[in-house]
Amino acid sequence: MTVTVYVPRDSAALSVGADHTAEAIVRQASEKKLSIRLVRNGSRGMFWLEPLVEVETGSGRIAYGPVATADVPGLFAADFLRGGAHALRVGSAAEIPYLKRQTRLTFARVGVTDPVSTQDYTEHGGLAGLQKALSMAPADITAQVVASGLRGRGGAGFPAGIKWRTVLQAPADQKYIACNADEGDSGTFSDRMVIEGDPYMLLEGMAIAGLAVGATEGWIYLRSEYPTARVVLTTAIQRARAAGWLGDNLLGSGRKFDVHLRIGAGAYICGEETAMLESLEGKRGEIRPKPPLPAISGLWGKPTAVNNVMTLAAVPLIVQQGGAFYASFGVGKSLGTLPFQLAGNIKHGGLVEVPFGIKLRELLYDFGGGTASGRPIRAVQVGGPLGAYLPPSKFDTVLDYEAFAQAGGMIGHGGLVVFDDTVDMARMARFAMEFCAIESCGKCTPCRIGSTRGVEVIDRIVQGKQREMNLTLLRELCDTMTHASLCAMGGLIPSPVLSALQHFPEDFARAR
Amino acid sequence: MPSRVPPGSEAVLEAVDAAIAELKALRGALIPILHAISERLGFVPPAAIARIAQALNITQAEVHGVITFYHDFRTTPPGDHVLKLCRAEACQAMGCERLERRLREHYGLGMKETSPDGRLTVEPVYCLGNCALSPALLLDGQLAGRVTEQRLDELIAGLGKNGKTVRP
Repeated sequence: MTVTVYVPRDSAALSVGADHTAEAIVRQASEKKLSIRLVRNGSRGMFWLEPLVEVETGSGRIAYGPVATADVPGLFAADFLRGGAHALRVGSAAEIPYLKRQTRLTFARVGVTDPVSTQDYTEHGGLAGLQKALSMAPADITAQVVASGLRGRGGAGFPAGIKWRTVLQAPADQKYIACNADEGDSGTFSDRMVIEGDPYMLLEGMAIAGLAVGATEGWIYLRSEYPTARVVLTTAIQRARAAGWLGDNLLGSGRKFDVHLRIGAGAYICGEETAMLESLEGKRGEIRPKPPLPAISGLWGKPTAVNNVMTLAAVPLIVQQGGAFYASFGVGKSLGTLPFQLAGNIKHGGLVEVPFGIKLRELLYDFGGGTASGRPIRAVQVGGPLGAYLPPSKFDTVLDYEAFAQAGGMIGHGGLVVFDDTVDMARMARFAMEFCAIESCGKCTPCRIGSTRGVEVIDRIVQGKQREMNLTLLRELCDTMTHASLCAMGGLIPSPVLSALQHFPEDFARAR
Repeated sequence: MPSRVPPGSEAVLEAVDAAIAELKALRGALIPILHAISERLGFVPPAAIARIAQALNITQAEVHGVITFYHDFRTTPPGDHVLKLCRAEACQAMGCERLERRLREHYGLGMKETSPDGRLTVEPVYCLGNCALSPALLLDGQLAGRVTEQRLDELIAGLGKNGKTVRP
């Protein structure tokens, strides 16, 4: 009897040796003349257990992890192909509390299926949204997305349905869907996990978006730092075309939608939507002033719905189940789920998809288990390099867009970077300015010059040179950047700087 | 990684022309062309600028502007192997500066430097999306996570002589 064995091909799993583990399992099985079928799935998102090997047994899928190459002979000796006992056996992956306590709407298939198998996709509920959308009027699809309360998952949190309605109502001979897969925020990897673990869901979401706004072309801007995602997505696009899920005759309907893939070139700013459009057009990734909004004049001057991977990936389920279903999760004006990413100095780092309304503390301790180093958590940066640093006194803040903003934070793309008590927050504030100086597109002065001056001023503060005067100067500089920058990069980089200064002033006063 | 080729040689210009011919019909072709040249040669030779500008009917200034804007494009050949070390926040939270120090003190390699024997180039990168397994690096396109100084040494020791990565 052939036994199905799952070894993830997710980048994170590969980074700790999943390919070697897979090779070792295949080699051993062949030597022992045991018949196995190896599936390279996505990751379940419990990265401390990677490489997480799963085996299909008579009593369900049994997981073992983390499995190094050296553990493989022992697993065979323990008869792991039948779920045998072993020190690395963690039982059914779905029963692990970390997973069991999640609400996986977007990530339902990730880690479960073969990401590039079209058969797996349809057998696990794929295409149901697109099929339904093909029988709906564009305004009705848009209305469902409005009703779902889905807000842009890239960070800005703008209601996706409203954006789509604007594109739908803009008269044009050509419109586009532009998918932002330039996931550059440190501490985030949910876009990557979906692209590597369930790419057809993204393509389906884009096709539905195309039907909703009247666009026949979708453009994906994927960052070059994700080589594995590129391979998986390229395969998925080819197979989706071959299966009639993309192209001139969507699922035999006669409707048209196809996707182009473009690779970024290492510029953080290209995650900003207008810089991304410039880059897609083959230019320097410089910000375009708004207005006009991309929804009116976007890619090559045409109405364009620019959406993050997570936003588009949520769409098939919303259309299939109806907007009200999705809106039944979450709190206030933050509806549905958000795939949070626990990163940095965290014991149980990974992907946690839960409805909005969870407290920061629950994510950090109940899911994350505190720091990897075992020391106390001193600060958490939420929402990427432009997000605020929060101290433990803020850990009871509820994660919904408005409540979090009120506490001085930004949920952004849902990444949480944890630091223990060895962190030097003046150094992190300086890094924020340094990063901005490296990655600024240069279009506006507050960001281009302000970031470099910011590094210098922080250096003087920590050196104790005219401290009070330089602190005032830093605050004024941040004020200028906040209010006079063209985009969120220069506008928000003061957030990590000022929050570090506000919550950890002692780090700026230390003698060096 | 591509083997080192002297800039301006016939082989270099052939690679440039092949990339242009293959991709110039694309919309927004400039960045795909620069990527293709980089994949073939490891860098974009200055001689490519005029050829690309002519093929795409844009100015040389525009081509130069794009090459210099993006971190991925370099105009000089890299070493046989390229190590991109993540310096972003999540990796800092897990001590990536120790790896930076190891590269500097033990291998004499600062950021954006190539070893004198041309074997290894070190570049900074800001997030590889492996933030739950920090610190991370990308060595010849292979992602590594939870990298200790010892693992870094092993990875570097495992690099083959002829542009092939020997994995441990």
